[in-house]
Amino acid sequence: MSGNAKKKSLKKVFEYLGKYRRYLYAGAVAIVLTSLFSLAVPWLIKDAIESLEAGTATSESMFGYGLAVVVAALLGGFFMFFLRRTIIWASRMIERDIKNELVDQLLKLPRSYYNKTRTGDIIARLSNDVEAVRLMVGPGIMQFSNTLVMGSLAVVLMTILSPKLTLIAMLPFPILAFTFKKVAARVYTLFYSIQEHFSTLTAFVQESISGVRVVKAYNQEESQIDDFGDLNDEYVRLNLKFARLLALFQPIVGLEVGLILVIVLFFGGRFVIEDSMTLGILVAFMLYLMMLVWPVMAIGWTITLYQRGMASLERIESILDIIPEVRDAENMKDVGRIEPEIRFHDLSFAYPDTDRNVLRNISLYIPAGKTTAIVGRTGCGKSTLLDLIVRAYRIDDDGIEIGGIEINAIPLDRLREMVGYVPQESFLFSDTLYENISFGLPEVDREASEKAALLAQLDGDVRDFPDGYETFIGERGVTLSGGQKQRTALARAIARDPDILILDDAFSAVDTATEELILAGLESVMASRTTIIVSHRISTIRKADLIHVLDDGCLIDSGTHGELIATCPLYADIVERQELEEQLEKLR
Amino acid sequence: MTGYFHEDELTGKAYDSRLMKRLLVYLKPFRKYVLLAAVLLLLGSGLQLLGPVVIKHAIDEYVIQKDVQGLGMICIVYLALILLSFAVTWAQIYTMQWVGQMAIYRLRMQLFSHLQRLDLKFFDGNPVGRIITRVTTDINALNELLSSGVVTIIGDIVMLFGIVGFMLAIDFRLALVTLTVLPVLSFAAFLFRAKVRNAYRDIRRFIARLNAFIQEHVSGMPVVQFFRQETKVYQKFASINLELMKRHHRSVMYFAVFFPIVRVLSAVSLALIIWYGGGEVIQGALTFGTLVAFTQYVERFYRPIMDLSEKYNILQSAMASAERVFGLLDTKPSFGDQPGPKEWKQCQGRVEFDRVWFAYDEDKWVIKDLSFNIEPGEKVAIVGATGSGKTTTSGLLMRFYDHQKGSIRLDGIDIKDIPTHDVRENIGLVLQDVFLFSGAIDKNIRLGDSSITDEKLRAAARDANLDRFVDRLPNGYGFKIGERGVSLSVGQKQLLSFARALAYDPGILILDEATSSVDTETEMLIQEAVERLMKNRTSIIIAHRLSTIKKVDRILVLHKGCLRESGTHDELLKQRGIYWKLYQLQYQLHSIEAPAERRA
Repeated sequence: MSGNAKKKSLKKVFEYLGKYRRYLYAGAVAIVLTSLFSLAVPWLIKDAIESLEAGTATSESMFGYGLAVVVAALLGGFFMFFLRRTIIWASRMIERDIKNELVDQLLKLPRSYYNKTRTGDIIARLSNDVEAVRLMVGPGIMQFSNTLVMGSLAVVLMTILSPKLTLIAMLPFPILAFTFKKVAARVYTLFYSIQEHFSTLTAFVQESISGVRVVKAYNQEESQIDDFGDLNDEYVRLNLKFARLLALFQPIVGLEVGLILVIVLFFGGRFVIEDSMTLGILVAFMLYLMMLVWPVMAIGWTITLYQRGMASLERIESILDIIPEVRDAENMKDVGRIEPEIRFHDLSFAYPDTDRNVLRNISLYIPAGKTTAIVGRTGCGKSTLLDLIVRAYRIDDDGIEIGGIEINAIPLDRLREMVGYVPQESFLFSDTLYENISFGLPEVDREASEKAALLAQLDGDVRDFPDGYETFIGERGVTLSGGQKQRTALARAIARDPDILILDDAFSAVDTATEELILAGLESVMASRTTIIVSHRISTIRKADLIHVLDDGCLIDSGTHGELIATCPLYADIVERQELEEQLEKLR
Repeated sequence: MTGYFHEDELTGKAYDSRLMKRLLVYLKPFRKYVLLAAVLLLLGSGLQLLGPVVIKHAIDEYVIQKDVQGLGMICIVYLALILLSFAVTWAQIYTMQWVGQMAIYRLRMQLFSHLQRLDLKFFDGNPVGRIITRVTTDINALNELLSSGVVTIIGDIVMLFGIVGFMLAIDFRLALVTLTVLPVLSFAAFLFRAKVRNAYRDIRRFIARLNAFIQEHVSGMPVVQFFRQETKVYQKFASINLELMKRHHRSVMYFAVFFPIVRVLSAVSLALIIWYGGGEVIQGALTFGTLVAFTQYVERFYRPIMDLSEKYNILQSAMASAERVFGLLDTKPSFGDQPGPKEWKQCQGRVEFDRVWFAYDEDKWVIKDLSFNIEPGEKVAIVGATGSGKTTTSGLLMRFYDHQKGSIRLDGIDIKDIPTHDVRENIGLVLQDVFLFSGAIDKNIRLGDSSITDEKLRAAARDANLDRFVDRLPNGYGFKIGERGVSLSVGQKQLLSFARALAYDPGILILDEATSSVDTETEMLIQEAVERLMKNRTSIIIAHRLSTIKKVDRILVLHKGCLRESGTHDELLKQRGIYWKLYQLQYQLHSIEAPAERRA
């Protein structure tokens, strides 16, 4: 991580924390107080033992000390509760904020982002990385400040009790710090080499599973197992190397604290024998040291939390920092009523980060209230052209006009409100049919949903479902057939009553007869609005008022079916092929 | 933490004795070492607990008696104790780590080998990502549990009992007084455990819900954005997220209450020691040293308890991993070799399909009553529209899938009686989408078969027209694919897969021709290579190229899973049937290069 990136990430950490600074301030107070009360206990024991030594102790005074210990612990416990209730509590709120922020951003990111990002990656960031950041700002901060406050307060108290013994006890500290650093450094390098090898192992499994047909066809199962065995051997070898070090890490802290204890016992014991110190102080010293063992051990842990947290934060920021390329400009004017006619002016388009134009110098007109079809071979740019009408990708100004208004000047809300889009792949949510059909409406509208379903020829199917429109679809409910999905997507689009209806090969999963039935049902809907159709079925295209023929990103001809059959050889070819295909399909 | 995004199918049990028993089976081969680790664990805990005893003696016998020399002696004893304890703890942790690694090594091997044995039906139905998670993340969670989790948990429990034991041994009555808080502590721990278990279960449920929500809405993002539903979706997410946070806060509360309670209870013990023990000291019935030793034991008592309560979550997710891993291990291949299979070593090359029926899913027949014969050395093309069953036919012949009715015979032997290994050894398959493994070119041709000599490999590459390309590479056959940004073109990949098939020299070849168009020069190389591939062996080509079709002896026309026409190119064209239509559609209208394949 570069210095600048780190500075930026740190700033972000403070930004997240800043929102909950009241919790943090309260947490800081709680840390100091809980540490003080915890450290008061050995002091009380010291007083008790000193009074026993001096012979001034009575059963009552002992009860008093006991009571004081309980009171100190109660107060310490009370603030300990507050410590968790503030810092850990806040870390959970920060976790929620980051997740919300990420999702808010994800909803703004355009198609080009999703084309190159795997869903698994996004979920990993939302879960693993956010969790790593939370561990850093919650338990990490708590543990670190606890060690710091507890450690320094203990040293102060020990110095008050006996400066000499404190100095002697602190002597092995540099050794402790040194070995700590040494071991920690080796732990990290080894840890990273293990992580790397783990990636290799994962990649091998991925390859072996993806290439399962080749593996089986060539009888390579045993050889795959052998190769995996080699990787597994190496993985275990590295892990054992790590284990040897890790096995050292934990007891070594115990060893060094033990050494300090021996030193304290020896010198402190001598001071007691020489009467320059009380037994009570010696006991208190030993108790303080024991109280510090765990916080010191936890330092290594907090360092790991910090490193992982910062690395994860950087990954999170890489999503948050993307400026969505498709967005409304500032100070957009109200555009008033928009006539649903579309005009392309000499438009060329290449997908982000590519150089090849998939659309080249397209100028075409889609008239209002008419049905326009777009035809061409697979990969000629039909779907891209439709995507641009709804601004799924960013285009330069003056490429497309809707109702005479430059498309980038139309607020996204207005634009997409006008359009009902039925995409090639009908994506539905695992929810009820009502919810799915009303997806584009402000709220579930049963009447509108049923009306739309009727028009989309879906109603008959729904009547057969056990719960009708309340039927839950998707993984945990009814699985719809491809044709049912497409008709649901169609119903969803027309439920919004759009001015422009776009059907991108929307009926590929239904047979020709059903498609014709759907289109007949849609006639009333299509009569009053602009409809753009992409279909591989010539029976659908034939009826369009206007047909644009695309080839390899260029508009090569426009006209009606009758005109194009005569003038456009490519169109004639496509028609012929599709007729053949339809004939094949009809064969039993 | 690592397991968060596949927590959908959970039992939520933190401890499942059935799973644990199965897991422990993997420790069995190392039981000596487990025993050693257990002894070391006991020894280590004992040594650690001896500390306060030593301090007690130091105070009672030397400090109070003002014996400097004795103090020095006992400090040396203490030092020795600490060093020994260090060594024992180190050995114990390492032994257990070793055992864990070894056990997990076997489990990982077993799981991967098991995967290799599963058939394609399994791989068709399970996303690659999920399978990988089983072999990697889930296994690692179990490693964590075996090599450190179990030991820490047992260690903490041993420590608790050890402390109680030592206190009872040093001063029975003071120990009893000190331990009067135990019932309260146990009750608090019991309550806490029950509460936290439910809280975690709840949390996992909401995490699964949250992840499912993200998964779904990221996949459906275009729809969300077309319909301008960003705000609605955000609010839905935020409300699940808020619910999750509330669940987390509930568990934070449990911890925030439980930890101070443990602290206060340990302070009560301490107070009892001071009050009761102090009183005894006044009466001379108790030494200073005992008092000090007891204070130290109490200080050590609450750490393992807090530790145990934090281990709970780890245990719970490890159990979930164990369930998933064992679930995968319990998945049986849908078919296997018959008992007493007939060897098929000398391949003549006769293929017979006799009224074969096959369905991937029950009752949805993709191959219907399919019959045909192919004579040794014959070259046959299978043609048909998308979904006609061409690829399925080749899959059945490769024994990737088990046909339900009828029989397939190879050289007259029923395919179900031949070991799968023999079937695949004698039938070479070249797939439409060439799959390359990362690594060198020669490794990709030879795969794992070391009996393929360098000469044979080179000859195969030459016949496949691959040599010209390889010779230009910096490292020749040792060149690693993807290295230095050099990747293979579609055509080169095809040539490589031909070389692979040629090197294995099968008696029967199945070639699923690629549909993708390549430049004219590569096309020539491919055609030449295909001709060499088909030479001297029975060849079944799922043809996409007119040039290939014209070279074969016979064409089989499949339509919707049935054989509809059969004959030579000219004969079939004369019939003006399905083949004629297909020919018009796929081969003749050549001005339209890409076949009109629908996007799925």
